[in-house]
Amino acid sequence: MAYEPKEKNPPNWKGDFPIRQDEATHVTRREFAKFLCLLSGGLALGNGYVVLSSFAYPDKELEGEHLVCNTSEVPVGGMTMFAIKGTKEIPYILIHLAEGEWRAFEQKCTHLSCAVVYRDEVKKIECPCHNGWFSADTGEVLQGPPPRALPQLSVVVRNEKVYVTAFKDTIS
Amino acid sequence: MAEPEKNFDQDMEFFVDMQRCISCHACETACAECETNGQETMIHVNYVDRAHSVQTTVQVCMHCEDPACANVCPADAISKDSNGVVHSANTSRCIGCSNCVMACPFGVPKKMEAAELMMKCNLCYDRTSVGKKPMCATVCPSGALYYGTREEMRKKRPNSDPVNTFKFGAQTVHTKVNVMMPKGSKELKVH
Repeated sequence: MAYEPKEKNPPNWKGDFPIRQDEATHVTRREFAKFLCLLSGGLALGNGYVVLSSFAYPDKELEGEHLVCNTSEVPVGGMTMFAIKGTKEIPYILIHLAEGEWRAFEQKCTHLSCAVVYRDEVKKIECPCHNGWFSADTGEVLQGPPPRALPQLSVVVRNEKVYVTAFKDTIS
Repeated sequence: MAEPEKNFDQDMEFFVDMQRCISCHACETACAECETNGQETMIHVNYVDRAHSVQTTVQVCMHCEDPACANVCPADAISKDSNGVVHSANTSRCIGCSNCVMACPFGVPKKMEAAELMMKCNLCYDRTSVGKKPMCATVCPSGALYYGTREEMRKKRPNSDPVNTFKFGAQTVHTKVNVMMPKGSKELKVH
């Protein structure tokens, strides 16, 4: 006299709260441990892949000059965004710091890759996500969680046009 | 999921013969002896018509095929195992709402008001799952309660038939526990 379920197609909630004990799903400790092992193993493998691929395909330095815009397009204290075609398409910001003073930085915050913005009223670059601040002059961290300075590009102005090249430290 | 308990003898069935109850309350006492019940009995001896007769009947959980008590439980406290035994409310889940008490057509679950818990017969699962007979059936002196095979029952009561189909108006309820009825009976109509 084995028990047979009466309804062949019970409503959905009955599946979530079954009367029969053998219909209730039970996650055993062993199954949970197995899941944790697989999950952490997967995460470890993924991290290993990221590390290996960064070694296998190191970032190439930007070659040549790339046109961004005309000088008239960005007023003093203004900012524009650009990306260099034919590369890894990293988003950059171009800042017109003062008359004739231009800066170009990566737009990705070095903390968690939020888009940074230039705040002209304080002459600093802000990451709005976690209140991170960078120097608009050098890109170095002034405040907040970012661990590294913003990567920078050199800006060349020629014939009323703004070009960027790989950053060369002019002081050293 | 684990295989159903193999120790539970599927041939053994529970038979209730209401007419044989002599009001000795031995089943109640035996049931309360069980440590898992916390000194509370889960079987009840009721008077049929107290004003006119001393006739009593026993009330044991019928272990329905589609238990109404479990279906109406909002806390998912009552469950049925693969042997067809409807278990007493899981005390960690039971919220004492008495839904099961009102839903059961046999009037089996009783709410323990002091503990705000429902307790009902679970066919002595601690005993039957290891091949023993339920406490109440082993102590019943008159044979009102019997636990055994259908074949044994046929020999003991040749003029009765076990019935486990009950009609409550339009609703038909099939149970694991049988009630002894006059020979030829197939179902019991309760209006």
